[in-house]
Amino acid sequence: MSAGFDWTALAEFALIGLFSGGLMALIALGFVLIYKGTGVINFAMGEFMMLGAYFFYTANVMWNLAVLPALLLTLAAVALVAALIERSILRPLSGQPVIAVLMATIGLGSALHGVVDAVWGGKNYEMPQLLPRKPFILGDILIPGQVVWSFVLAALIIAGFTLYFRYSRTGIAMRAAASDPVTAYVLGIDVRRTQRLTWMFAGIVGAVAGIVVGAMTSLSPALGGAALGVLAVIILGGLDSIAGAIVAGLIIGVIESLTAGYLGGKVRDIVPYVTVLAILMIRPYGLFGTRQIERL
Amino acid sequence: MRIGDYRQSYAHDEAIWATPTARAWLAALLLVLLLFPFTANGYIVGLACVLGINIIAAAGLNIMTGYTGLISLGHAAYMGVGCYTAAWLAQRGIPFYLTLPAAGLMSALLGLVVGIPSLRIKGLYLAVATLAMQFILIFVFREWESVTGGVRGVTVPDASLFGFELDNDYRMYYVILPCAALLLLAARNLFRTRVGRAFIAIRDRDISAEVLGIDLFRYKLLSFAIGSFYAGVAGALLGYFYRAMTPEYFTLGLSVFYLAAIIVGGLGSMLGTIFGAVFMTLVPEVLRAGVSFVAQWAPRATEILSPIREIVFGALIVGFLIFEPHGLNEAWRRVRRFFHLWPFRA
Repeated sequence: MSAGFDWTALAEFALIGLFSGGLMALIALGFVLIYKGTGVINFAMGEFMMLGAYFFYTANVMWNLAVLPALLLTLAAVALVAALIERSILRPLSGQPVIAVLMATIGLGSALHGVVDAVWGGKNYEMPQLLPRKPFILGDILIPGQVVWSFVLAALIIAGFTLYFRYSRTGIAMRAAASDPVTAYVLGIDVRRTQRLTWMFAGIVGAVAGIVVGAMTSLSPALGGAALGVLAVIILGGLDSIAGAIVAGLIIGVIESLTAGYLGGKVRDIVPYVTVLAILMIRPYGLFGTRQIERL
Repeated sequence: MRIGDYRQSYAHDEAIWATPTARAWLAALLLVLLLFPFTANGYIVGLACVLGINIIAAAGLNIMTGYTGLISLGHAAYMGVGCYTAAWLAQRGIPFYLTLPAAGLMSALLGLVVGIPSLRIKGLYLAVATLAMQFILIFVFREWESVTGGVRGVTVPDASLFGFELDNDYRMYYVILPCAALLLLAARNLFRTRVGRAFIAIRDRDISAEVLGIDLFRYKLLSFAIGSFYAGVAGALLGYFYRAMTPEYFTLGLSVFYLAAIIVGGLGSMLGTIFGAVFMTLVPEVLRAGVSFVAQWAPRATEILSPIREIVFGALIVGFLIFEPHGLNEAWRRVRRFFHLWPFRA
């Protein structure tokens, strides 16, 4: 150890940030899936996370189901809710101006938040700890076990989706429909079905992220606000790039962790938003996003 | 059925309220607005003050979002800037008739700064940029304690106008009413000028607007500045009305509230702004009255008041977007048309 600058602390902050960035990348994947598939930024993503966490708590703790059946039930339920929302709210609004769709997802978020508050009440619940808590120790560096395992989980899910989109028939159809809906429709792809699937997948991704985040903090309706900070990730990565979501998730994770370590938790909360403004000024289409050529 | 309205001079054609009927209704409305506090209780007058402030703020947002097409998720933060500016100046003894425009100008200045990214980005990206600004400004309100008082908030001294103390809701009402009326009239007239028409052209198709010789950057910035000015004035009035303010008031939720108000009322319509702001302010009050009525038999009903509010709020936004995308203004037009054409088309 050299006197003066504490390199171990820097390494620890950076590594914790890197690993917690995995979870941000997972939430960002939920945003990117919907934006790529339907051209909508889903401001109700946080409410999907919240819904997933509450469903899982109900199935696992209140109904005493084992972890795996409870998890499957939760994912199925959230996917069903997402499909219903797509059919009843987003499809009637397709082709409407940006503000209509944006406000519809915000209104949806408010309504979901109210439903959760009415059914489960505003109190805090203790979520079951699914991920091992045993910390990882690398020399002088100590990383909480949950953070590492959430990273592994996020990596597995993102890898799974990447493979699915590359090799499965439905996945290829979804990519085709995302890149050019009209041509895809002419070629016989059921674009409505792929859009419905997009929302269901995003709901599932959000639910998993919600269960993990809920276990790390605690379960309350405040969980719904957790997703807004991830907007920085998707703007940095480019709204329509899964690879961008991963890279940007890790970058923002490290930046947040370093600010929290050196400047304190209060400053950390606005880091994503300062980053967003900076990116939008310098490179609005993000690191990997499609560059829209339009000069004004 | 109403019969022909012949316009025989340019002055007549340019009038905002062209027919005697419209002018009579307007005069009646003004009379009611001026006289009703003498018969109403304090709760109603307080509500009327909040309504007036909300109408001013919503009008500003409608100029930006409804007429120019610039989506702003940071309107509440500009109101906060206005409120804190007024409070800071008032604590130093600056009179009310100067703090009010100063608050508006300060917000307008900040609106210009936030408007600069709008040169490069629009639509969803601009919405996200204003959202970021909302969170950053709230952070500043919380942390800049020497000016904003931090989370404990700031107290605003009572306003006084030419030696007349504005120390209760009844007196505040007679300040808020002319402010709202003047600002609405200004906004209504704005869209009969070159500037306002340029805003509408930008909203409808920005490329065509540029081809027509409209300097996009200049007019977008101007729209941000005017909209933020309204927000600043509304925020300052809010500070004087409540006499104390904390950062928790100017959250993202309030920004979304004003967006919801102009969507429910009608984007790009000043009459719609009034309808929307009144409607969205009264709905929670009606809900509260309804819940406390039910609570006589089911005491637990009050516990679910805030979830019910959230659900109704979300359902109103989504419902209006799907079933009445042009808002209450359109519904009002349908009602009027029915009476104009009655009994020939029923």
